[in-house]
Amino acid sequence: MTVPVLSVRDLTVEFVTRRGTLRALDKISFDIARGEVLGVVGESGAGKSVTGSAIIGLIDPPGRIAGGEVVLSGERVDNRPPEAMRRIRGKRIGMIFQDPLTSLNPLYRVGEQLIETIRTHTSLNAAEARKRAIALLDEVGIPAPDRRIDGYPHEFSGGMRQRVVIALALCAEPEFIIADEPTTALDVSVQAQIIALIKRLCSERGTSVMLVTHDMGVIAETADRVAVMYAGRIAEIGPVRDVVKDPLHPYAKGLMGAIPSIEGDADRLVQIPGSMPRLSAIPRGCAFNPRCAQAFARCHVERPELTRVGDRQVACHLYDQPKAEIAA
Amino acid sequence: MSMTTRPPASPEKIPTRWERFLDSDILASFLRSKVTMVAAFVVLLLFIGAAFSPWIAPTNPFDPASVFLADANIPPAWQQGGEARFIFGTDDQGRDLYSAILYGLRVSLVVGGLGVILAASIGITLGLLAGYLGGRVDSLIMRIADVQLTFPAILIALLIDGVVRGIFKSASREDTAIYVLVISIGLSFWVQYARTVRGSTLVERNKDYVQAARLVGLPAPLIMLRHVLPNVIGPVLVILTINLALAVITEATLSFLGVGLPPTQPSLGTLISIGNRYLFSGDWWIVAFPGVTLAILVLAVNLLGDWLRDALNPRLR
Amino acid sequence: MLAFILRRLFQSLLVMLSVALIAFAMFRFVGDPVNQLVSLDTPQAQVEQIRRSLGLDDPVIVQFFRYIYNAARLEFGVSYQFRLPVISLLGDRAPATLELAFMSALFSLLVGIPMGVYTALKRDSWLAKILQAVSLIGISLPTFLIGILLIYLFSVTLGLLPSFGRGEVVKIGNWWTTGLLTVSGLKALILPSITLGLFQMTLIMRLVRAEMLEVLRADYIKFARARGLRTRTVNFGHALKNTLVPVITIAGLQLGSIIAFAIITETVFQWPGMGLLFLRAVQNVDIPIMAAYLMLISFLFVSINLIVDLLYAAVDPRLRATIGAH
Repeated sequence: MTVPVLSVRDLTVEFVTRRGTLRALDKISFDIARGEVLGVVGESGAGKSVTGSAIIGLIDPPGRIAGGEVVLSGERVDNRPPEAMRRIRGKRIGMIFQDPLTSLNPLYRVGEQLIETIRTHTSLNAAEARKRAIALLDEVGIPAPDRRIDGYPHEFSGGMRQRVVIALALCAEPEFIIADEPTTALDVSVQAQIIALIKRLCSERGTSVMLVTHDMGVIAETADRVAVMYAGRIAEIGPVRDVVKDPLHPYAKGLMGAIPSIEGDADRLVQIPGSMPRLSAIPRGCAFNPRCAQAFARCHVERPELTRVGDRQVACHLYDQPKAEIAA
Repeated sequence: MSMTTRPPASPEKIPTRWERFLDSDILASFLRSKVTMVAAFVVLLLFIGAAFSPWIAPTNPFDPASVFLADANIPPAWQQGGEARFIFGTDDQGRDLYSAILYGLRVSLVVGGLGVILAASIGITLGLLAGYLGGRVDSLIMRIADVQLTFPAILIALLIDGVVRGIFKSASREDTAIYVLVISIGLSFWVQYARTVRGSTLVERNKDYVQAARLVGLPAPLIMLRHVLPNVIGPVLVILTINLALAVITEATLSFLGVGLPPTQPSLGTLISIGNRYLFSGDWWIVAFPGVTLAILVLAVNLLGDWLRDALNPRLR
Repeated sequence: MLAFILRRLFQSLLVMLSVALIAFAMFRFVGDPVNQLVSLDTPQAQVEQIRRSLGLDDPVIVQFFRYIYNAARLEFGVSYQFRLPVISLLGDRAPATLELAFMSALFSLLVGIPMGVYTALKRDSWLAKILQAVSLIGISLPTFLIGILLIYLFSVTLGLLPSFGRGEVVKIGNWWTTGLLTVSGLKALILPSITLGLFQMTLIMRLVRAEMLEVLRADYIKFARARGLRTRTVNFGHALKNTLVPVITIAGLQLGSIIAFAIITETVFQWPGMGLLFLRAVQNVDIPIMAAYLMLISFLFVSINLIVDLLYAAVDPRLRATIGAH
């Protein structure tokens, strides 16, 4: 097996607050292979965005990486000094944020922002960088890019701005891109285009993607594998076919919105009772146990670790012991 | 993947107002902030000193019978030439500075306090009128407020001071000085109250109970006042506190500039103004002690105001 | 854009008109212009004649427009104290005040902005905390106390700098005098400029700090960092530029306050400017000077407001667009 583009091992992120230390990420581990698209799903606060920020080394105080490591194409990067980490950001790891309306500096022309990024990471001169910027805008589908490059962000629509943001993320040809809910803030009609654009550009370049989203439809269409996060941990991770069509973890089942009934007839929508615990009040044992219909004694005392089940890994006591009774 | 809401909180007995206060973040943040507690203590001390100055002060500096010119310009007690009966020394007329500061503090706080109360009354009334009546009254009041806001309060206070004294020309300055100052301060600081109250009134005006009160023929403005006031009491309190500091500064400045209180009934500003004349002869204490008192008062009130603003505005926390 | 300028001009005109109304009311009703021109034993007939010759028998509205007309020609009447035209009194003293205001504005910007940026970027450092605490004291101390303190330190104790007056001034052209060209003039400017500018400086510092902290939290700053831009570029290119846009507005408006606050500083330092003249006018109820000063200051304020608005529109492309759309 080749070296994965990104390998995260036991990554732990803590926020030190007056009321105590909160764990936003609790020992999460996953790999992303070259050219692979990993979808990351979960409720708000599950730790999806924190994962992205931790990988590119942009956790704001009072947060900090408390443990684990981030390995990029075989090199450990999380312990690099800030200046070395900065050179990696944008150059080797690109990032796309949620809201294109606020991601671009309103006072700078689109071209200025592209050119400064290109020139930061390459040795191109101003004229070459401008040519590259125009080519990039063309590639992300901005019409008349040689003219639009001198426009200000407010002169672009939301969808067009997100295309610019994608161009900015790709402009130094990074090997890996984090797309943090790239379509949440957009009109429904534009969402599919943006997702298709990200997918096309990345597969052309062989760029790996970590796609954080709420949208199961997007995951099903775009991702190769999917990770389901809950309360700062990974509940289930595996090939998208398996996890979306036939989730194992009770939370993943609820999240996918369908439970295969015993008779095997029509799926029905379910709600997961309760809400995700706050970071300050994560229950003992499995974090999901208060909401889980299948919880048993062990779930209240022992935290389940990720266990391999077929092609995927699940963190649930229902699956980590061959003898465990699978309550239905 | 909708999530149901969390289970309803178990029913508890409804806490009284006092219990709620004890439980509130306001008290908690007060106790947490040492700076605020010190500031509150200082303010309390100064208020007590001002309120009971006739009893605390060793002499009455305004009583000509107890002041002797022979005692003029005596340095503080710990300096060479100082005397134990004048801790902070004496001023150019032989008044005990410590007593003069206590009395001056009283004058400054009374003028500042009355000025702020006048400002709040004008502001609340105009804000209520503007919000309730709307239309032309509203735009007129708010236009005046806008125009006035562009000018610094001290300039407006100076202008009003000049105009009022022009009108009161005949009366002697000793008798009118306090009123002139209170009016100047009141008319300079009303705008913020008016804006706050107007905003809140606009919200209340459209509520059903106001319409109902109108239908029954009750005086809606009065009823509204009862509903508007609780909403604006927090912000108004903050403005009052911060304005008290500003008003004290304004009074001191006007007195320092020679258009405030006369030397016969000195405020802190007047004392500083007197002391300033003796700065070059080395009699630093005449200006220093009133100056330090003023600075401490203003700083402490400002700190209290800052804390109050943060405590009442959850967004900032 | 043109419509925006016209609308702002119209608003400014309205403000000036209402200020003129106040000035006129003061001029006409608070101090009776006639009483100041006559003595107690002037015969009644002569008083009446003066009254008529001044146009004080005309309807008030006519008088008001005459006042505005005269004000537009810079004729504000004659000072009661000096028996001289108000405008020449103000004109003589304007350079002193304007130079002082300019120097303190310069001081407050040149010191306040870097201090604000520093305290925002290094907000956990001890120096930033000290600056922040000192700035609160700076805001709490009345201007005149700061002036007195500086005089005591630098004039009385150290004997380094003059405590009053403008020093040696040089005449430029017909009516401008400057203290910027002589050593004593420059030395005389130092203490008053610091006194006058200190409050604005702390204000600008706190404003820049608050604004910068807000901007540093913005998504586009996070995105700029995520793009791997150099810290310097992010802080001083992206964050500072966005911080300064709203700061321009307030700083511009503060320029007006500086001129008004000059009254206090000029008194402390016996600076021969318009503020001192105005204060003497207030002390002696010299209404024509008060009214003229009010008009002049308002004109300055309104002009500054207008310029700031236009500047704001010029700097912020978003605003330019919305204005252009109207």
